[in-house]
Amino acid sequence: MKQLLILSGKGGTGKTTVASAFIKLSNAKAYSDCDVDAPNLHLVMNQSSQAYNSDYYGLPKAQINNELCTKCDLCRQKCRFDAIAVKEDYTIDYFACEGCGVCEALCPVDAIKMKPAVAGELMLYKNGTVFSTAQLKMGSGTSGMLVTKVKNQMKEAIVYADLAIIDGSPGIGCPVIASITGVDMVLIVAEPSISGISDMERIINTAKKFNTKIALCINKFDTNLENTKKIEIYCNKFKLPFVGKIPFDKEAVNAINKGQSIVEIKCEAGKATKEVFEKTIKILDEEI
Amino acid sequence: MRIAVLSGKGGTGKTLVSVNLAAVAKKSTYIDCDVEEPNGYLFLKPKKIQTEKISVKIPYVNESLCSGCRKCVEFCKFNALAYISNKVIVFDEVCHSCGGCSLLCPQKAITENEKVIGKVEKGINDNVSVFTGILNTGEASGIPIIKNLLNGDSNKKELTFIDCPPGSACIVMESIKDADYCILVAEPTLFGVHNLSMVYELVKLFNKPFGVVLNKCLDKENPAEKFCVERDIKILAKIPFDKELGDLNSSAKIAVKENNKYNSIFMSLLQDVIKEVKSYETTVNP
Repeated sequence: MKQLLILSGKGGTGKTTVASAFIKLSNAKAYSDCDVDAPNLHLVMNQSSQAYNSDYYGLPKAQINNELCTKCDLCRQKCRFDAIAVKEDYTIDYFACEGCGVCEALCPVDAIKMKPAVAGELMLYKNGTVFSTAQLKMGSGTSGMLVTKVKNQMKEAIVYADLAIIDGSPGIGCPVIASITGVDMVLIVAEPSISGISDMERIINTAKKFNTKIALCINKFDTNLENTKKIEIYCNKFKLPFVGKIPFDKEAVNAINKGQSIVEIKCEAGKATKEVFEKTIKILDEEI
Repeated sequence: MRIAVLSGKGGTGKTLVSVNLAAVAKKSTYIDCDVEEPNGYLFLKPKKIQTEKISVKIPYVNESLCSGCRKCVEFCKFNALAYISNKVIVFDEVCHSCGGCSLLCPQKAITENEKVIGKVEKGINDNVSVFTGILNTGEASGIPIIKNLLNGDSNKKELTFIDCPPGSACIVMESIKDADYCILVAEPTLFGVHNLSMVYELVKLFNKPFGVVLNKCLDKENPAEKFCVERDIKILAKIPFDKELGDLNSSAKIAVKENNKYNSIFMSLLQDVIKEVKSYETTVNP
């Protein structure tokens, strides 16, 4: 099975719009949403059945027993995440605690214990196709681990599929690194703005470190033709396969608000996305 | 006065709102906490830039002192250490710099080295002090950079706009912790509502006063507006989707400096926000 990951360096560029169109066009039997901070793919991939839900445990969090605590202050001094505060008693800030366990290890009177903590929820839809997604709990920081679980959950559930499409996470940090690991190809969706070009360069540099195939397309290309040209020149210069341009299309907004993918309705954006899809799949299938 | 601008997702218009508010305010500070993809400096084009490298502590093992007891490897919750062919190997990228291994090593064989993960740039444009955090590509977490940005020497009394990272994870919490007010920016789509609902939960959890700016408004039904009306959430401003604003923004120009229409939108938004903060302060600390 080949895995195609859609990335953009930033949210709002159209990753999910492109991913949902690709899923429809390829009739993919497996797909997942790795944007565990703000998953959106489920909103356009209507599922007829209920998901299998499971709790996702991140690292355990520290818990302090103030009856045992002698207020020696060692834990607070050594916590690098400023997660321990002292008023009358010692308290742990659960949002700041990263679960490293230093406080537990250092406490001379065993007043601190690391306790398991639910950091999010994994969802798996199975009805002919496999759709794996998750939602991180507010303020949890271990999203890279959850991204890895989303991908593993998808792989474990598949009986047979040629192609898996993965909607990536925004940014260049830990969740993105976890999304890229192990995929066959990355399609970068760029936006023709000065900000978009800056984000695009940063995500290309990140993706290059993983030695996977990279291709690039531009979404909303007609919102700034000059910057679109700049991106095309950039791709040419760095020999990045350029797979097409999708116009800004108000119909696309309408489709999404109805919970549809843009290739399910008649629109310019949908037509262009189809061409992008064909070129992308050709590159994905090429042997190197 | 610290005002955080957040959105649940990138591309919604956080940078548009925070940059233009900073530009219409007479004197202000703009802090770009979206360290993975900082964009504000592209608009504000700060000058006289001072750069500070941001580093974290990474363990360094002195092999001649190491007895191979593996206490460090067993302790590390992030699997950043491994004992392979009689040697402790450190995986820098997964290390969270908790310092546990060096504290616990019975042989005192582990010390820490500084590793640069990014930088903070401080510059000025007209009356706006511009602080930008930039995470190096390939690094896992920008939190140390955000901490430096927010705890830096910026004047806390001055009008400060914090352009937050997208999402509602720990990195965003770090950015809004000390904010006096939060502006949530929302797009008029189903995705937009879903993302708005997440940051809405976040500001409620932190008990922050907040209001919503509806961006990219079309003359059609706006699901984000509906969300606000149903929950009695204050709508601070509606920014239309228009070609001219899109052009200015995609060319990294500051809309309020180019067109009076946008200047008045953001000026009245700024006044509303200041009024909101003051009224909140008087109800909380009369």
